Amino acid sequence: MRSRRWLWLGDPALVGVAFLLSLIGVAMIWSAGQLDVPSVVTGIWKRQALWLAIAAVVFLLVTRVPLRWIEGGSSVVYAVSIGLLILVLVVGSGPGTNSWLRYGSFSLQPAEVAKLGTLLMLARVLSGRPEPETLLSRLWRPLLLTVVPFGLVLLQPDLGSAITFGVILVAALFWARVPLFTVFMLVSPGVSLLLGFSPTVWGVWFVLVVVLMYIRRPYLLEGIAVTFANLAAGALATPLWGQLAPYQQNRLLVFLDPGRDPRGAGWHLIQSQVAIGSGGLFGQGFGEGPQKRLSFLPEQHTDFIFSVVGEELGFLGVFVMLALYAWLLRRLIEAASASSNEFGGIAVFCVFAVWFAHLLINVGMTVGLMPVTGLPLPFLSYGGSFLLMTFVGVGLAARVAAEP
Amino acid sequence: MLWLALGILLISFFRLQVIGRTEYRLRSEENRLRALTIPPARGSIVDRRGRLVAENVPGFSLSVLPGPVDTVRATLERLAPHVGLTSKQIDELVEQFRQRPTSSVIVRDDLKPEQVAAIEQRRPEFRTAVIEMHPRRRYPPGRSVAHVIGYVGEISEAELTLPEYEGYEPGRSVGKGGLERQYEADVGGTPGVHFVEVNARGSIVSEFGPRPSIPSVPGEDLELSLDLDLQTLADSLFPDTLKGAVVAFDPRNGEVLLVYSHPTYDPNKFIGGISTEDWALLRDDPNQPLLNRATGALYPPGSTWKLVVAALAMRQGLVTIDTHMPSSCGGSFQYGTRAFRCWKHVGHGNLDLAEAIKESCNVFFYQLGLRLGLDRLLAGADALGFNTRTGLDLPSEVRGQVPPRREWYDDRFGPRGWTESVTLNLAIGQGETTQSLFGMAQFYAALALGGAPAVPHLRRSEVLDARRATWSLDLSETHRGQLIEAMTRVVNEPGGTAFPYRPDGYVIAGKTGTAQNPHGEPHSLFVGFGPVDDPRIVIAAIVENGHPDNTTSLAVPLATRLVEEYLRAEGVVPTGIPVPRQSILVPGVAE
Repeated sequence: MRSRRWLWLGDPALVGVAFLLSLIGVAMIWSAGQLDVPSVVTGIWKRQALWLAIAAVVFLLVTRVPLRWIEGGSSVVYAVSIGLLILVLVVGSGPGTNSWLRYGSFSLQPAEVAKLGTLLMLARVLSGRPEPETLLSRLWRPLLLTVVPFGLVLLQPDLGSAITFGVILVAALFWARVPLFTVFMLVSPGVSLLLGFSPTVWGVWFVLVVVLMYIRRPYLLEGIAVTFANLAAGALATPLWGQLAPYQQNRLLVFLDPGRDPRGAGWHLIQSQVAIGSGGLFGQGFGEGPQKRLSFLPEQHTDFIFSVVGEELGFLGVFVMLALYAWLLRRLIEAASASSNEFGGIAVFCVFAVWFAHLLINVGMTVGLMPVTGLPLPFLSYGGSFLLMTFVGVGLAARVAAEP
Repeated sequence: MLWLALGILLISFFRLQVIGRTEYRLRSEENRLRALTIPPARGSIVDRRGRLVAENVPGFSLSVLPGPVDTVRATLERLAPHVGLTSKQIDELVEQFRQRPTSSVIVRDDLKPEQVAAIEQRRPEFRTAVIEMHPRRRYPPGRSVAHVIGYVGEISEAELTLPEYEGYEPGRSVGKGGLERQYEADVGGTPGVHFVEVNARGSIVSEFGPRPSIPSVPGEDLELSLDLDLQTLADSLFPDTLKGAVVAFDPRNGEVLLVYSHPTYDPNKFIGGISTEDWALLRDDPNQPLLNRATGALYPPGSTWKLVVAALAMRQGLVTIDTHMPSSCGGSFQYGTRAFRCWKHVGHGNLDLAEAIKESCNVFFYQLGLRLGLDRLLAGADALGFNTRTGLDLPSEVRGQVPPRREWYDDRFGPRGWTESVTLNLAIGQGETTQSLFGMAQFYAALALGGAPAVPHLRRSEVLDARRATWSLDLSETHRGQLIEAMTRVVNEPGGTAFPYRPDGYVIAGKTGTAQNPHGEPHSLFVGFGPVDDPRIVIAAIVENGHPDNTTSLAVPLATRLVEEYLRAEGVVPTGIPVPRQSILVPGVAE
């Protein structure tokens, strides 16, 4: 039985776990700063705690906004986020990529804002349709809305985030009950574009597309259009590839094969595996991980924060953390399912999809299942604007749960 | 799908953390632990009476841990004012590090206590610098043992490739020359390992306890047969402005008593890396103090070679001790178109073999050489080991040289480029024979005791005592006794060439020599042994340019005095006539 008093929170348990994870995050960031060498990381847990307080306020504000208003404002959020993505390409900076906007000590990753804007906008254009769309031609708006931020992020280049936009589109279409085969046809040219620089891989993919077209027999025109779109994307990939600067090409290649760069991304992976593996069942003790203390572990407060969990809290700590995430993600699906508001349901399911993608890619990266990318781990990784966006998502979910 | 994905993640973590734990714990240690070498203490080296020839004293070394080249350079530059590094030395060290980027750079291994204190006070500035206490070599006798002991220094690139140094790490100290080199495997010891914890930038975080150290194993002590008193005495007796050497060993077992080369140097200067200035002084000195003349130099044996000719001729039955030669000595001997001179221009008159040895008559030996003939002379000398090393346990020993057969001259000068007159020169130890002091001493040891002589050796060992040369004198006891008798007259009878310098109280036998030298005054040589009735020491000495005139032969008093002092110290009862000593060495010898 839910207490009436907490009803405005929608799903108090979901909110509670979200805050619990964030507090663990602050603690892990404190631990990430416990090094045997002087480091800027040492004091940043205070900033993260401050950001958590701000995020809590933003969360409260979001829970007070009716879904109708959010739906209405989504085009503004989307427009602003696209503007930021264009801005970052002009003036951006960041380690390795120009994906950050900085103003004084404040820095922002526009891709994170764009993920929110895109999922809201997709939820808006896909909701309120009398029945699920099956025709590709009727889905040009969601496609266009995704392709714009996808392309802009790819230009940074931030392949991890670009893929996340594809995940948002698929999730939104899925939750709008668009048939999976239609979704497949829609996103397949995007996959072709990504795979196009390797003729062999692309060839396999293209054969798969053609075979599926033959089996499923969509409308002839659509089938031909999709096939040609795949061909075109595959053909376009090579000249586009040539347009990229060598460092951009290298980043994309390292994404696929960390071993290419043993002192860079590959080194990160090896150090992360050593840290996690040496944690054992019970860990080296909170704050005590030698790999981290001696700063062998790179980006230990952002991308590789989960390696600190692995090294210091051991397999048991990892298990508990993953269980918390699993529980949180499940509550999101339940909130989306329980909602009669179609916009809210799609939006919350997209939030689920984004966090799930981040979790898989980030945690998978620390053990070598996934390529090394700059995708942060929701709630744990250090980063004010990212935490803020995460709690906007939590607020959204709470609002959807509260407005059944 | 959610559960599947999370399940896969969990399995991955399980594999890494639970199944792979041991391996990753190890890799984590390898990541953060650096092994530092603990240099072993080298074995002490003592002389025959247990006095220290080489010992260890505590020393401090400074090294910089490996890291990025720029970091290493920056650390060296910050260390420079405290340990006195020049920018050129920094460049050299950085270059050395570039070639071996995984090894520590040894900056200094002779830090003074105040330098250690200065660096320790500024520890936070020098996180990658390591100061270690290590045993440092010292040679208490100093210059008198320089050539025989050698010195120790950092192993060179070239030495690292040698099979005998397999498994040696760069930066290790090894023996360089002399006994330190000869017995490196025994006295060198085995280094230990000490672990320190470093961070990703290579700075030391913790010095203690990350993993137990492996202690170093000290080298074995080495006991020598060398007599430090004799070394010191040789150093003080040797004419300071001249060059040369003197060696002595016990003919009964080959125990080397004395290896001295002059001019000498202080081997302690080499420890911890000799300074560039000191090295330039030694290397560029025209007197070549670094050359070990006792083992590494070949000299014409001069008249000391006459015993070789005499022994070969007696063995062939060509002469007996009282045989006279057809021509008596009138100061020179006519052979072909050339007159071959005797050192005594007025001539020796008609001498038998014993008198010719005693007075060192060249004219007699020219004829004896001709009677023996070139072929038998060459073959005989070759068979007596004059083309081989004695087997002395020092790396600097070179083998003597004498043409092994007639064809050698054809190869060297062309078939018509030489005549039989080479036999005359060869018969008096000039010309194509050059020998080391140990080579000559070993031949005289064979004369002293007969048979196959002992092999000279510095290490005290019963195994080495029992070793004998591969050749044998092969002379009847009668003939050998007669030659010893003649050599005794050299020293003990008025008119003998060594008579003015005979030892006080001891009867010794020997032969003087004068080696003609195109570059200046002749060299003075003496080879002999004593006491005659029970030989306990055989000695060979050379003083370069030490024979400025027919009455001065500086090697003789040097050798006889050393023999006398040795026998006295050994407690040998004097059986000879006391000799009132005037001045031992003739002073004021002009070059």
